[in-house]
Amino acid sequence: MTKPTLSRRGVLKTGAAAGVGLALPTYLSAASHSGFTNAPQGDTVTLGFNVPQSGPYADEGADELRAYQLAVEHLNGEGDGGMMNTFSSQVLEGNGIMGKKVEYVTGDTQTKSDAARASAKSMIEKDGAVMITGGSSSGVAIAVQGLCQEAGVIFMSGLTHSNDTTGKDKKANGFRHFFNGYMSGAALAPVLAAQYGEDRKAYHLTADYTWGWTQQESIAAATEALGWTTVENVLTPLAATDFSSYIAPVLNSGADVLVLNHYGGNMVNSLTNAVQFGLREKMVDGKQFEIVVPLFSRLMARGAGENVKGILGSTNWHWSLQDEASQAFVKSFGTKYGFPPSQAAHTCYVQTLLYADAVARAGSFNPCAVVEALEGFEFDGLGNGPTLYRAEDHQCFKDVLVVRGKENPTSEFDLLEVVEVTPRAQVEYAPDHPMFAGGNLGQCNPGA
Amino acid sequence: MDAIILQILNGLDKGSAYALIALGLTLIFGTLGVVNFAHGALFMIGAFCSVTLSKLLNLSFETVDPTQKDFLGNPLKVKTPYVESWFGPEVGATIIDWSVPLAILFAIPIMLVIGYVMERGLIKHFYKRPHADQILVTFGLAIVLQEIVKFYFGANPIQTPAPDALSGVANLGGALGLQIAYPIWRLVYIGFSLLLIFGAFAFLQFTTFGMVVRAGMADRETVQLLGIDIDRRFTIMFGLAAAIAGLAGVMYGPINAPNYHMGMDFLVLSFVVVVVGGMGSLPGAVLAGFLLGILEAFASTTWATTTIPGINQIIIYLVAIIVLLTRPRGLMGKKGVMED
Repeated sequence: MTKPTLSRRGVLKTGAAAGVGLALPTYLSAASHSGFTNAPQGDTVTLGFNVPQSGPYADEGADELRAYQLAVEHLNGEGDGGMMNTFSSQVLEGNGIMGKKVEYVTGDTQTKSDAARASAKSMIEKDGAVMITGGSSSGVAIAVQGLCQEAGVIFMSGLTHSNDTTGKDKKANGFRHFFNGYMSGAALAPVLAAQYGEDRKAYHLTADYTWGWTQQESIAAATEALGWTTVENVLTPLAATDFSSYIAPVLNSGADVLVLNHYGGNMVNSLTNAVQFGLREKMVDGKQFEIVVPLFSRLMARGAGENVKGILGSTNWHWSLQDEASQAFVKSFGTKYGFPPSQAAHTCYVQTLLYADAVARAGSFNPCAVVEALEGFEFDGLGNGPTLYRAEDHQCFKDVLVVRGKENPTSEFDLLEVVEVTPRAQVEYAPDHPMFAGGNLGQCNPGA
Repeated sequence: MDAIILQILNGLDKGSAYALIALGLTLIFGTLGVVNFAHGALFMIGAFCSVTLSKLLNLSFETVDPTQKDFLGNPLKVKTPYVESWFGPEVGATIIDWSVPLAILFAIPIMLVIGYVMERGLIKHFYKRPHADQILVTFGLAIVLQEIVKFYFGANPIQTPAPDALSGVANLGGALGLQIAYPIWRLVYIGFSLLLIFGAFAFLQFTTFGMVVRAGMADRETVQLLGIDIDRRFTIMFGLAAAIAGLAGVMYGPINAPNYHMGMDFLVLSFVVVVVGGMGSLPGAVLAGFLLGILEAFASTTWATTTIPGINQIIIYLVAIIVLLTRPRGLMGKKGVMED
């Protein structure tokens, strides 16, 4: 039989809690119990993973989902903990998020903005997701970010590389860990100038949507600043599959570099076509012709096979990084699934931990509390070195990897080699930089 | 000059694919009167026959090599294809290298069977239904086939490279002093397509079987009254059309890596090709295929897109509208087809 007792410690705890509660601004203390969309009830919390499960990016989506499942395991205290052990913020304890067991629902973005919005909406309204994350396209990320802002939930974007996501379309409830077109340009251009010389004429083929436009603008600006000229920029439809009629004019254009602002299937096909037309062996005015793919992904490198060898590009993260955090993640992911994670998997895993950590530090699931915790947050130990979540635009600032297609891969995963780790200072820019101007974060929206 | 010849070649190789698919579509429409929206899927399945063969040839056994390490630091498992251990490393490697041409032999029986099963199992039941029903059922079938392929092979493209000997660039303009470098495999593709097209025409023109089929296309009832089982022959023609689409797909693999929705990319355009060429006209389908391929290639050049932005994406439909306005039956269409 137990009898109710009053201990000195218990009294102190209760008193302290009551004091903190009274001292907090009223909106916050009220909101931490209710007053925001999908406040977790009971002892579980639901996260919404919105990834492409069908459509051209389905393989990336599958890898993102694997990463999310791994992150949920680690948050709930299962598995080896992965990067939770190396994360500089040691608030997470493996007991879910603030003691609530993490559960998840998934949606299929199909890499279509309307489908992605519909699946996010359903996860928010029907399944009670308190946070939405994922995706493999900037068009989708911007659409879902807008929806989450209106609905009053946090959006932790997956793979999205357009400047606009944290530029003119930035939203207070949205956060991006992945790097962007500007950073690719800033990291890549000096390496290109060093490897290929400063007197180069570039021909751009660009996917005709938000990501392609902003990346092309970024790469052209960064390379022109170092002396290159841009001969031509041709926009190609996203649905294009055969690029031969776009490649053929390159041959006689006088250009000696081809920049492919393509991703996914577009990148695989345009690169394959360019190699077929002998561009890699071509000489222009005594200079070796070169091909550049500014945004590289290992999953796509696999699709392009032999053609990626020797080609320079940039990437957010690569599994061969030797820091403790990356190795912990690769070990954990590799042991569970039998192959190393992609950059998409990495960013999604990290975003989940960052969200959970922000909730734990804020002591609330309220989106406004989470926004406050993430803004200006400095952290380390998640695979990219010291990183800042900048308050002005909710963009992460960290080192960028310049990579090259490996000439002699030792395995089917060993496709890219890291040429340079570009330090964070070199890829930083002012929040009102012209390429990012025109947007407004607005106010965080806690919803209901 | 160089640029013009290059774009003509580009047009010819894209046109070859259009022509081959449109030829099959027209064969099916002309014989069975069915509008087959699953034809693009047959093209895609052909390409995946080549992917499958290459996977089969690359089936490997693993040996553990303790001197090398994998990405987790465990001893590396080295894969050796069975083909290489059976025939010796050199012969084995050559067989794997030539897997795309070999896939032609592999694909023909498979495509014939798929075509036969499709016709007997599903499409047969829709002969007497309106064209709208046929379009819906075949379109649905195309989606099902596409999803099956995606389930087994994933959504990303899978490379099926051409043999090393055929994967370089040919310099065609050397003798004329022009700079025309063109991928050898694309030239092979154009040649292969022409061969297949002439083969199909010769088969219809010079064999008894072909004669009966042509008679059946002209007047099905009379041929049946003569005691000929025309349905069985038409079923075979369906299989043949499937095989043509499949072979077009096999050979297209090295040009663009096969993925599960490549069929849909070609399907709509091929229908436009058929309409421009004239419903039911085999030479019309081939002619329109090459013609539209070349037009599309020229519309994608920089001067065309800067003169009229977006022309590259609408040119084919624009031509279709003009042809239908001036020649409602298409370039070589005959009176009485689909007009009852």
